[in-house]
Amino acid sequence: MKIVVGHLYPDYLNIYADRGNIAVLERRAAWRGIDFDYRTIGLGEPVRAGEHDLYYVGGGQDREQALIAPDLVSKGEVLREEVAQGAAFLAVCGGYQLLGRFYRNRSGAELPGIGLLPHHTIAGERRMIGDVLLECEVEPGDRRTLAGFENHAGRTYLDEGAAPLGRVLAGFGNNGDDGLEGSRVGGAIGTYLHGPLLPRNPWLADWLIAKALSRRLGETPELDELPDDFERSAQLVSAERARARGGRF
Amino acid sequence: MRLQFEIALARAAGRLSRLAGRGGGTTIPGKILATLDPDAVGTLARRLPQGSALISATNGKTTTAAIVAEILGDRVRLAHNRAGANLVSGVASALLSAPDAELGLFEVDEGAFPDVAGRVRPQAVALGNLFRDQLDRYGELELVAERWRSALAELDPAAGVIVNADDPLLADISRGRANVVRFGLDDPRVARERLPHAADSKYCRICGAPYVYRAAYVGHLGDYACPNGHDRRPPLDVTASTIELNGLESVSFDLVSPEGTRRLSLALPGLYNVYNAVAAASLATALGASLDEVEAGFTTFRAAFGRFERIPAGDKTVLLLLIKNPAGANEVVRTIGVDGGPRLALLALNDNIADGRDVSWIWDVDFEPLAAGLDQLVVTGERAHELALRFKYGGVPPERIEVVPDLERALDRGLDLTASGDELVVLPTYTAMLALRRIAVDRGLVRPYWEEAA
Repeated sequence: MKIVVGHLYPDYLNIYADRGNIAVLERRAAWRGIDFDYRTIGLGEPVRAGEHDLYYVGGGQDREQALIAPDLVSKGEVLREEVAQGAAFLAVCGGYQLLGRFYRNRSGAELPGIGLLPHHTIAGERRMIGDVLLECEVEPGDRRTLAGFENHAGRTYLDEGAAPLGRVLAGFGNNGDDGLEGSRVGGAIGTYLHGPLLPRNPWLADWLIAKALSRRLGETPELDELPDDFERSAQLVSAERARARGGRF
Repeated sequence: MRLQFEIALARAAGRLSRLAGRGGGTTIPGKILATLDPDAVGTLARRLPQGSALISATNGKTTTAAIVAEILGDRVRLAHNRAGANLVSGVASALLSAPDAELGLFEVDEGAFPDVAGRVRPQAVALGNLFRDQLDRYGELELVAERWRSALAELDPAAGVIVNADDPLLADISRGRANVVRFGLDDPRVARERLPHAADSKYCRICGAPYVYRAAYVGHLGDYACPNGHDRRPPLDVTASTIELNGLESVSFDLVSPEGTRRLSLALPGLYNVYNAVAAASLATALGASLDEVEAGFTTFRAAFGRFERIPAGDKTVLLLLIKNPAGANEVVRTIGVDGGPRLALLALNDNIADGRDVSWIWDVDFEPLAAGLDQLVVTGERAHELALRFKYGGVPPERIEVVPDLERALDRGLDLTASGDELVVLPTYTAMLALRRIAVDRGLVRPYWEEAA
């Protein structure tokens, strides 16, 4: 068994410990005997349909985001098709914004996104910074929590009826107003939560691995449980932080 | 009259704070004064007969200022915030506690630099580096740099600006200014093979192409050039060349400056301290020190507390090395790894404001060389489990990782695991370092830093 992972622009978008998310996917695959074929996709390098099972794009500073945005637009069509064909996708922070339709900055200029996720983002005055706790139900009937850290000036608004990643229990979320966080279409997830996200929320890493495997194998496999004691403890502390001090300017 | 009264009140509060055992009392008087009278800092600073010098950087402020103080300490009376309280209130406290000072020497938080510079109106500033650090608190690097650019434009045109030209962002903001001393390293033998994972400012300011490095020394600091010819490291006025790194003990190098060339040694390890040393020598020279005085100061200098501090604990030693952001921690890992690295380490992660509330930075540190050599790891602090995860996913088997959130118990556990005559390597974040040092003080192993500072 193997999964092929395509990491978009790791040289440019890596600001909030994105490699922690990659390390978690890699180890958790390896511990289950799944080969983890990790490939980077840089500026000007084409994405070939069907090559990858899981895509990852991380966060960057405004300057780095602006440097890669035009290239990402050129890959938009194939990436949308990949997700439609069942590929998994995790986009964090800046990468999440760029998967939407556009990002409008303070001066009104728009950075185009690729419309893979049904949302748009408008820069706000104050950054929304702090610990976050979400309740998610990415599989019907299976409620889970996600604990992370957010730091974003953009306010992201989902289209009417679009699915969020979760509901905000503590923290700001997409825009600080509607109680929603992230966005989800099929196996694609966008979120502001770094922290990084996956080490203390391993269930989401396993969900992504399962989605990637099912794209490759055509069926959803059962993944073995792993001992997650550190992970659980870290999530508890992080969740406490969010309850105590999340969502405050 | 009013200012005199405010000063007396603020000083009394500092003494009370120390008596109450609430730490060094280093910021209380300044906080009170800054609250009572926001203009008092500037008023006090402008009374200094020789003016003030400011030092700012993401990493190395405290050490650089301490070296400058060692060089200048014999010839001028200093007002110096040597305990590292580096906001406006810390500067105010330092001014209050040194009423007969002739020269102000202040390390300044990178976020507070524009405000402090506007109030104090320094005759010289030294800018060391900008690395990603506490993005939850400072915001993005580019924003910090733009505020610094504006602050430089507001300085007295005669003020000296000492700038690390190996940092593309700092070289850029000092471009076109008179009275700039540009310093950097010039010894490709000690360069890294490649940029570390978390390198910042590595794209051309004009066209966005990745810089090509003839030599990358620390993080993104080095001898860089845009492949399309837009930008390159400017010519240097002061350099360190023929650099020798003597393990965990010291560094030595040739200081090449307009005043001449001098072989210097400093009892601090690591290439990052060569940058601090050159910055300090350049600033001290700009403030009137001779090369002989620079050399004398280097000879007697000892590390600022907690930055690289050996604390005897019975027949063992605790080696305390502060870590606070990816660039600094990478250099600490590289430095302790010179002789194969430790088999046992104690890491401490807190998430108070001074540490940064966002702990994601630990994933941007290249801990892997340290992890590879460890038989045993003890992790502690308020976010100990996050460290456990960092090393678990960094390749250390979970059974070799002990989580002991309580700092004092963790220190004892680490010492238990340390053989007689050996050294326990401890890497704490800022508030964990203060707490661990306080434990050492309570046990009579070291003096409190505010006494050492006296």
